[in-house]
Amino acid sequence: MTLVDRHLEFVHALREAGLPVSLAEGLDAVRAIETLGLADRETVRAGYAATVVKREVHRPAFDKIFDLFFPALVGVSGIVHDETVGSEAGLRPFRRGLSELTDLGDGPQDLADFREQLADALALGDQEMLAALAREGVSRFGRIQGRGPGEQRWSSYNVGNRVSPETLVEQILNGLLGETDRDPAEEREVRRAIQRQVDSFNRLVESDVSRRAAEVRGPEYVARHTVRPSIDQLDFTAARKADLAEMRRAIHPLARKLATRMAKQQRARGRGRLDFRKTVRASMQTGGVPVVTHHLPKRPARTDLVVLCDVSGSVANFANFTLMLVFALREQFDRVRAFTFVDEIHEVTDQFRVGADPAETLAELAASAKYASLWGRTSYGRAFTRFHDQFPDALTPRTNLLILGDARSNYTDLALPVFKQMEYEARNVWWLNPEHRRHWGTGDSAAHEYGEIAPMVECRNLTQLTDFVGDLA
Amino acid sequence: MWFESPDAAASRLAEAGYLADQATATSAYLAGALEKPVLVEGPAGVGKTELAKAIARSTEAELVRLQCYEGLDEARALYEWDYRKQLLYIQAREQTPEWDEGIFGEQFLLTRPLLTAIRREQPTVLLIDEIDKTDVEVEGLLLEVLSDFQVSIPELGTITATRRPLVVLTSNAARELSEAVRRRCLYLHIDYPDAEREKQIVLGQVEGIEDTLAGEIVDTVHRIRSLELKKQPSIAESIDWARTLVALQIGTLDPAVVDSTLGVVLKHVSDQDKAVRELGLRKK
Repeated sequence: MTLVDRHLEFVHALREAGLPVSLAEGLDAVRAIETLGLADRETVRAGYAATVVKREVHRPAFDKIFDLFFPALVGVSGIVHDETVGSEAGLRPFRRGLSELTDLGDGPQDLADFREQLADALALGDQEMLAALAREGVSRFGRIQGRGPGEQRWSSYNVGNRVSPETLVEQILNGLLGETDRDPAEEREVRRAIQRQVDSFNRLVESDVSRRAAEVRGPEYVARHTVRPSIDQLDFTAARKADLAEMRRAIHPLARKLATRMAKQQRARGRGRLDFRKTVRASMQTGGVPVVTHHLPKRPARTDLVVLCDVSGSVANFANFTLMLVFALREQFDRVRAFTFVDEIHEVTDQFRVGADPAETLAELAASAKYASLWGRTSYGRAFTRFHDQFPDALTPRTNLLILGDARSNYTDLALPVFKQMEYEARNVWWLNPEHRRHWGTGDSAAHEYGEIAPMVECRNLTQLTDFVGDLA
Repeated sequence: MWFESPDAAASRLAEAGYLADQATATSAYLAGALEKPVLVEGPAGVGKTELAKAIARSTEAELVRLQCYEGLDEARALYEWDYRKQLLYIQAREQTPEWDEGIFGEQFLLTRPLLTAIRREQPTVLLIDEIDKTDVEVEGLLLEVLSDFQVSIPELGTITATRRPLVVLTSNAARELSEAVRRRCLYLHIDYPDAEREKQIVLGQVEGIEDTLAGEIVDTVHRIRSLELKKQPSIAESIDWARTLVALQIGTLDPAVVDSTLGVVLKHVSDQDKAVRELGLRKK
């Protein structure tokens, strides 16, 4: 494969992963690589990154694909080491010749040795050594017996399972701090530092596994199957724990961006009456002729917002994020009230304090979910009825009502008349559904029934959520 | 020629007092070699604007700065006709008929930063600061400048750069920039540096600071950054903190000192509470 082909395939894989790489940007990249040369891998990476990655959210996907197409090393056992790494610490395997590496043992003694080395590396936080150990770990413990003859496969799950670096944390803590009288603050700090190292080891193992897979099956194949969508495109319902933390961090900048946009639109929207003084003052520049008229800004008409959230297991994340975003933007609305429900209704407006910590607020919300649940099975009909009975004053002709949920009501009574009445009382009603449109109305989903009364909007990821909230205010 | 290679860029920026990592140095080099603008994004206070200044210092180029704000228009960014002068000229012309040239000549043109940068003959670094603060229309205005380094003035024709300036755009991401701008630029995301580099930056920026104190400050700031905060402390805040401690003549960072000077680093109550709790600063 020539270099040009590799470049083209690389750009193609980036596009498949959702990065908008234009033809011009591809050409820029080629020109950049031409002037930079291919001597240093990290320079090549920086060159590509500067020319084709134009958003920071795309960077993780880019790095992953770059590692697949421009691997740091090629080969199966692949422990190509310079002598400086681990030469002092008595790390035997690094200094073995390549011939020996082909028959790396994976017996219990090897495992114990390996874990000991890994513990040292984690305690020291030595990135190079961790990378080397990750590669060795995959060679030794990550092998899946090939399906066909001569076919090798590796799995990060196997490595994690046998090496289980998480269990080393306690051991390292003992080694670093002694077994007794520790300072709890220090212990927490060290524990967090070690956990970070463990996470980075796991990442290294994962990337080595995909590098090997790329060699066997081709980088395009692996890129298509392992690169996750960027955080703003990721479905709420498919988010993992780490993704959720990242999304939580994204909420605040997002709200800030949205608030700027809304404030600008507010200002641009129509002009008020003539600002006489300003117009006259400006006319001085043109010899007393009022060429440009200036106007006072219009008084903004703000709306009340009432949010009803389904917080049952499957959609809780989505509801929480939307609530966080809405409350981060509360100055854009006149008044915001929020209610959560499973089969009982519970007001959570007070959980949102100005300037509170987002992580804490989310934890409090999760804790308060128990009040929203009586039997623990979602029932939209019951929740709407209870809402209508208990808070008859919540809906006014100025209120925008927002309902968050997947409309999966466990085949219970939908209380459509009550919902119709709510729709009648409020100024506008929207229903945000975190499920893909094609799943609406399947199984116990009453999306179509409710959707006939109030417009239902698909809202699966942060991008769609931002767009919606932006249009709302 | 701006820089000879990425390494040369790094070392010359370092001489100018800016410690660049590899991505930054490579982008600075590419900006010169490919003659393309660089769009720099990143959290507030990581040295985005400083990068442009450092490039200007290290290449002995003049820095032309366009500070963007809401409501910035053509007249402030590109050029403006000096109509007062034009008006006077028309009035004076009635008495002196030998003045017969039109009123759209060079002498009535007020050049604003973008046009100034393009018309300069000497090496120029054009810094377009906080481009996200402008309205979308200004972005359209910039496109011609960014891609072809030329400005069209209806009365005079198109003015093309005699010597292309090195353009640096910075953004705090208060607004999504359009694809058109992104496509024309190289992209650089500057993030918080690692502990070693940040320590070097603090040592370089703060006079009379002890090596150990700088190390302690940077360690603490990194610990604070690992918490989930509303506003993470930036490099600018580490430097402020270091200056504060030097001014207070405090030589070492113990929990009591951190607690009493935390306001320099963290500027939200909830962030401060969290840091105090997580770092175990106050003993009950």
